[in-house]
Amino acid sequence: MKLENPLTEKKVKKLRAGDKVELSGYIYTARDQAHKKLNDLIKKNKKLPIDLKDAVIYYTGPAPSREGQVIGSCGPTTSYRMDEYTPALLEQGLRGMIGKGPRSEVVKKAIKKNKAVYFAAVGGAAALLSKSIMESKIVAYPELQTEAIRLLKVKNFPVVVINDIYGQDLYEIGQNKYKEELG
Amino acid sequence: MRRVDSEIITKEITDAVQTANFSLNKDMYNRLEQAVKKEESRLGKNVLKELIENAKIAEKEKIPICQDTGIVVVFVEIGNEVYIEGSLEEAINYGVKIGYNEGYLRKSVVETPFRRENTDDNTPAVIYIEDVPGDKLKLNVLIKGAGSENMSKIRMFNPTADKKDIQKFIIDVVKNAGANACPPYILGVGIGGTFEKAAYLSKKALLKKESKDEKINQFEEEILREVNKTGIGPAGLGGKVTALDVKILTYPCHIASLPVAVNINCHASRHFSIEI
Repeated sequence: MKLENPLTEKKVKKLRAGDKVELSGYIYTARDQAHKKLNDLIKKNKKLPIDLKDAVIYYTGPAPSREGQVIGSCGPTTSYRMDEYTPALLEQGLRGMIGKGPRSEVVKKAIKKNKAVYFAAVGGAAALLSKSIMESKIVAYPELQTEAIRLLKVKNFPVVVINDIYGQDLYEIGQNKYKEELG
Repeated sequence: MRRVDSEIITKEITDAVQTANFSLNKDMYNRLEQAVKKEESRLGKNVLKELIENAKIAEKEKIPICQDTGIVVVFVEIGNEVYIEGSLEEAINYGVKIGYNEGYLRKSVVETPFRRENTDDNTPAVIYIEDVPGDKLKLNVLIKGAGSENMSKIRMFNPTADKKDIQKFIIDVVKNAGANACPPYILGVGIGGTFEKAAYLSKKALLKKESKDEKINQFEEEILREVNKTGIGPAGLGGKVTALDVKILTYPCHIASLPVAVNINCHASRHFSIEI
């Protein structure tokens, strides 16, 4: 199905683990160091450099762009490293996250509670994924270079729903289906 | 003695880091195509097809297969009849620096583990030097991303442990990696030696070509079969293809120890070999 950002509660309610989604509109990029910085601001009750209301964060650190390119290769990084910082961002209104790999129990609960969604993009398909990115600009923490917060405009960016608001987890469902007795 | 100019080494490394990042190895490409046929899960099959398409785009446009263009690991085999003019390590690092800048590759190396300031040229590389007979210089270049590296593990077994125990440990490492490290995986396994030797072997094993050791080959196949029963599948979305290969290297060890290290590599298994 196709989805247009901003990602409202109404849109998220329709999503189920296993749904393939093509995402369009604006998304932010943020990974390890940016998450730490955002959390430090939240702890100090300070204003964040980006508005998280109904926003989507993509965990990625793109490769540099060649001349004429919007962005270099841009695939997902592993999400569990963002787990400790995620619940606080969800409390700020963050609605969607894109990464790869399972989330902690705490994050899964926070996803359910805040009516959010966790998507996965295919890890290692970075050249292909970069083709769905139409615009890119740094909007916070330029000193973090590849880890800076960017605002991306995406078109039909391919993701799959891993964790929905109903507590389902595609990694668990999918892997259990193909698991065999070990010898 | 055969003289090798360090400038040649730099030039070869400059090209190698780019080729390894842009072009999926032919062997890996074939394995992905075979995996598409073998995979039963619809989502898994799609992931594999996307990885093949990704490789085609990267190759054609000379852009990296993965945005994590890694830290460079170089296994050097230097013939004892080779004399290098200049510093080998400097030559390699200079090649990395030029290659990462010219190739628009991401710089992912930080100066100190705590201050974490980017070195801005992806140096230093991790370099291992081995002395071999002959007059050739071999540089085996591995591009190692953090997603898979972070899921690698080592365990010091009792010397009385058997193959089943080792196999169970390897399966547990894969289960723990799950969807995190970009499956389907290539598993490098180092068995024996000391603590650090086993870890070294596990990484070197990722570059291993066919071996004539039937017993080891059998053990590798057995492990691969079991790993593919975990259900993890491509991208961890569930499926029959969790690993594409298992490669083991062994070394003699102390009567009281049996170290086993597992180094996980992602489905791209980026590497390139140079012979000078």
